[in-house]
Amino acid sequence: MKTRWTRKDLLGLRELSADEINLILETADAFKQVGTREIKKVPALRGKTLVNFFVEPSTRTRTSFELAASRLSADVINISAGTSSLAKGETLKDTAKVLEANHADIIVLRHSSAGASEFLAQRLKSSVINAGDGAHEHPTQGLLDLYTIREKRNKIDNLKVVIVGDILFSRVARSNIFGLLKLGARVTLVGPSTLVPREFEKLGVSISHKIDNVLPDADVVNLLRIQHERQRKEYFPSVGEYTQLFGLTKERAKLLKPDCLIMHPGPINRGVEIDSEVADGLQSVILDQVTNGLAVRMAVLYLCGGIATP
Amino acid sequence: MDAAAIQRALRRVAHEIVERNPDLGSLVLAGIPSRGVEIARRLAEFIRASEKIEIETGIVDVAMHRDDVGARAELPIVRESKLPLPLEGRTLIIVDDVLYTGRTVRAAMDAISSFGRPARIQLAALIDRGHRELPIRADYVGKNLPSAASEKVRVRLEQTDGEADVVWLLKE
Repeated sequence: MKTRWTRKDLLGLRELSADEINLILETADAFKQVGTREIKKVPALRGKTLVNFFVEPSTRTRTSFELAASRLSADVINISAGTSSLAKGETLKDTAKVLEANHADIIVLRHSSAGASEFLAQRLKSSVINAGDGAHEHPTQGLLDLYTIREKRNKIDNLKVVIVGDILFSRVARSNIFGLLKLGARVTLVGPSTLVPREFEKLGVSISHKIDNVLPDADVVNLLRIQHERQRKEYFPSVGEYTQLFGLTKERAKLLKPDCLIMHPGPINRGVEIDSEVADGLQSVILDQVTNGLAVRMAVLYLCGGIATP
Repeated sequence: MDAAAIQRALRRVAHEIVERNPDLGSLVLAGIPSRGVEIARRLAEFIRASEKIEIETGIVDVAMHRDDVGARAELPIVRESKLPLPLEGRTLIIVDDVLYTGRTVRAAMDAISSFGRPARIQLAALIDRGHRELPIRADYVGKNLPSAASEKVRVRLEQTDGEADVVWLLKE
């Protein structure tokens, strides 16, 4: 492939071309294989420093980035909101400037405000990787979902992908929608009308409020986590009602084609958006998503952190 | 260097590999993408034709082991390495199209060591153009091509480039 990577930052999938997304996925193939070697570490980013800057809590994404950076021989510093000077009233920009003055080459940012990564990327020479900004995007989650679908089904083009849940407040949904559409998948969003507004149709997806109608045709079902901590009452009646209307229960799972993939970005609310038996069943690729997240993040760090900085 | 000359040179290299390695069964020909992989395939074919033995081939990608990541304008594309495992006790021959500074070969040796510890590593190159920057030399050379540092050596192979086999020196 002739595409070359030219970006120092990864802020979202919306601004990437299909070729750039494919380049990341192909690069991730090579890095996935590193995990099977006797020595699971390569010197690609030796001497670089990565700062995991998580203003919003996260365990799995932060750990995944930390492991990815270690496997690329970069040094890692972890900073979370509670331990940083943000708690003392320092602005995001000032904290970031301090990180840069300490020669951080790559900043991985998780923040509750949409656009926080872009704000830093425009002001810093360091590479900025968006690890989730508000309800905007979570590009590495979108990429690892694409990678997992491509790995299991050998293609993405023309597959029917159903995304279920709180689409309105979900950055995972947005990154998935942008990536899937660019690679030619057909996307259907499912959820209560308060959380899946008609506006999304403008992006080129279909919308349904009846999950039983769309499951029989699906090649992939991606269940988003119900974010109790963010849910406001006016959008969301009750957890029991949600499960009854949209949860992937054991009975509902019988509607699926035998080769349909079941995905979930984690952490799972067992018994809410998905039944335990379904989450642990043969069609579930939830743990593959975690493994692939590492390979995808290595690829992203290699590409963004490896380009020559002016 | 035309297609016939390239084939003659590779046939001779294949014979030299057979002469120097009595235990052909332990041999692995590991090509560096993309043309090294094709050259390794051709060498294995020559050995099969003359010795009636199937030589294992592999791919050793060096992109993530280079010492100039972040210094080059263009980031090298990373490909998957594929080596027959385990490597312990085997003779691994690194195969590339052009041997120049030796830095690619160093990166290849680094990559190989992350898969295991072969009994020995040798090096085969279609072209040796000189200008080494590291203490590395080839065990098998198709053709020595003395060149100035300002010149460029171009290799085209039918399978990798979609045009007839040819090697030429591009004067700046």
